[in-house]
Amino acid sequence: MPLAKITTLAGRGLSVPGNDIDTDRIIPARFLKAVTFEGLGEGLFYDARKAVPAGQVHPLDDPRFRGASILLSGANFGCGSSREHAPQAIRKFGFHAVIAESYAEIFFGNATTIGLACVSADRADIARIAAAMEGDPAMAITVDLVKQEIRFGGSMAPLTMRDAARDALVNGRWDPIGELLDGREAAAMTAARLPYLAVPAK
Amino acid sequence: MAQTLFQKVWQAHSVRTLANGQTQLLVGTHLIHEVTSPQAFGMLRDLGLKVAMPHRTFATVDHIVPTDQRTEPFGDPLADAMIKELRRNCAAHGITYFDLASGRQGIVHMVGPEQGITQPGTTIACGDSHTSTHGAFGAIALGIGTSQVRDVLATQTIALAPLKVRRINVEGRLRPGVYAKDVILHLIRTLGVNGGTGFAYEYGGEVFDRFSMEERMTVCNMSIEGGARVGYVNPDETTFAYLKGRPYSPTGAAWDAAVQRWKATASDAGCSYDDLVTIQAGDIPPTVTWGINPGQGIAITENIPDPAKATAADEKSAIEEALAYMKLKAGAPIKGTRIDVAFLGSCTNARLSDFKEVARHLKGHRVAAGVKAIAVPGSQIVGRLCAELGIDQVFRDAGFEWREAGCSMCLAMNPDKLVGDQLCASSSNRNFKGRQGSPTGRTLLMSPLMVAAAAVRGSVADAREVFGVS
Ligand code: SF4
Repeated sequence: MPLAKITTLAGRGLSVPGNDIDTDRIIPARFLKAVTFEGLGEGLFYDARKAVPAGQVHPLDDPRFRGASILLSGANFGCGSSREHAPQAIRKFGFHAVIAESYAEIFFGNATTIGLACVSADRADIARIAAAMEGDPAMAITVDLVKQEIRFGGSMAPLTMRDAARDALVNGRWDPIGELLDGREAAAMTAARLPYLAVPAK
Repeated sequence: MAQTLFQKVWQAHSVRTLANGQTQLLVGTHLIHEVTSPQAFGMLRDLGLKVAMPHRTFATVDHIVPTDQRTEPFGDPLADAMIKELRRNCAAHGITYFDLASGRQGIVHMVGPEQGITQPGTTIACGDSHTSTHGAFGAIALGIGTSQVRDVLATQTIALAPLKVRRINVEGRLRPGVYAKDVILHLIRTLGVNGGTGFAYEYGGEVFDRFSMEERMTVCNMSIEGGARVGYVNPDETTFAYLKGRPYSPTGAAWDAAVQRWKATASDAGCSYDDLVTIQAGDIPPTVTWGINPGQGIAITENIPDPAKATAADEKSAIEEALAYMKLKAGAPIKGTRIDVAFLGSCTNARLSDFKEVARHLKGHRVAAGVKAIAVPGSQIVGRLCAELGIDQVFRDAGFEWREAGCSMCLAMNPDKLVGDQLCASSSNRNFKGRQGSPTGRTLLMSPLMVAAAAVRGSVADAREVFGVS
């Protein structure tokens, strides 16, 4: 199963600031009442978007940022529930990369497995990018996983990403299913060595 | 060399190293439920794959089931489609499924232990972040995403990098009226909601040695709220006594052999940890959250934080955002805050011992006028045991609604929801914005007895005062 090599992602940005943005906020539980991931994009940040006071607009609904494909946020992004619906909704809305200070672990793993690049950057750098974006919403942002840098409006900021995840994206093996399937025989041997697995359960 | 339980279990289940450096890890036990599995079965179908080890996957239905009217079809067609899809997938792949009619249905994290499926020294995965609960038995149990559910179904393995291990000792004795829930809320408050990123938490010390399995489960359950994907307690006699005689527990000579193996999986004396934290049990108060993440907790005797007194800009904005959402007043006591709903349930605190402890104190008290109070056993078995002991009647007499087993108002994917900006005293694990089903609903996390105290007073109260605990 050849997968695309995800090396650079370029596009316009959009910022949903804040720390500890949980997956319930990213996609409220009622949107999980389905047997497929179809249509999840519409539920992205649904309640947060509805809760915006009159006269203001949520970044996701701000016409200036329409068509953005790079999402900016704060620390511990994606904490809470393990629902893969969260990165799926982000993807389906049209984002290909997230730039945040840090991520909750399960979210990060889920995102990588579906090829959504979650890179980390310093708070000050994220603020710089957001400020530049505010001045020029059409500004192009490039997330370069190979050079490990973010380029925007003639400026540059370093990015970090866990080696295993970066390697997986850059080399087109972010979905591990192929490799795991290749290891099925080895897995059966490991299972045979474990007494509780060697005997089929009742 | 002396090793931690984590290292031993990890090694025993390591299949091989993958190209990106991650480990292909064997998953001994796989648990599934109706919300995060249908898409995984769909992916399997798309790839033309079969379930590799169907006898190592167990299913139940918990998130979407109604807790009152349970005849099918359910009133909610989406929920009805989900239970039918799970039933169909389990039948098609030969997976054991604890359905509503089995008498063994319940929240997935209650069913595993009750059935003796959750065992020491094993790896357990489930498409649910509170899988950490099973770590109470000395298992490496972790929440996974739906693509990984697919991976487990197809290969019985996942790709994962090992975690560091932080040992957390809680020494001394808990004060009266302080529970396992307070221990974990206090730990999260102390170490932060992302303090556990990259770590497995190994809980130990006097308090854990003395804890029952149910108390250990309450703490391990909320490891994820502290950012730790895995939390565990080393197996000991308490663990073995709990497992003895359960439907899936080994018997006869196999039991003796298993106990020997289980003992050997515990962390060795003198093993080294990546980090060590020690907490004095006597310092832990009955704790209540006031904000929008589980780390925003205070002692019942404390005042709600004031952003003006925050030392960092970050902290200030976090407090402001939380108070704006929670509609609470900076600097005011949390005690006395009026509540609308009391919810006693969830995989954190809906076990027999939770209801028993509350019933013991609730007898003779009444839920305050205007408060909707619901008690939801986490499993059908807990419901039956409570009925046998007359516990359900104590709750009903006090004015609680006594419901059937499920996740219920913990995340409100079923009809049990907050309405508008109702404030709920809840024994569950998450106080995120909108968590309990209303986009403006508000949640205060606390121990079951504190939920009962709030229900009786109609406002947040110190259970020690309400019930004369000393
Ligand atoms: S009770 Fe709540 S936290 Fe536990 S599995 Fe159900 S929804 Fe998740």
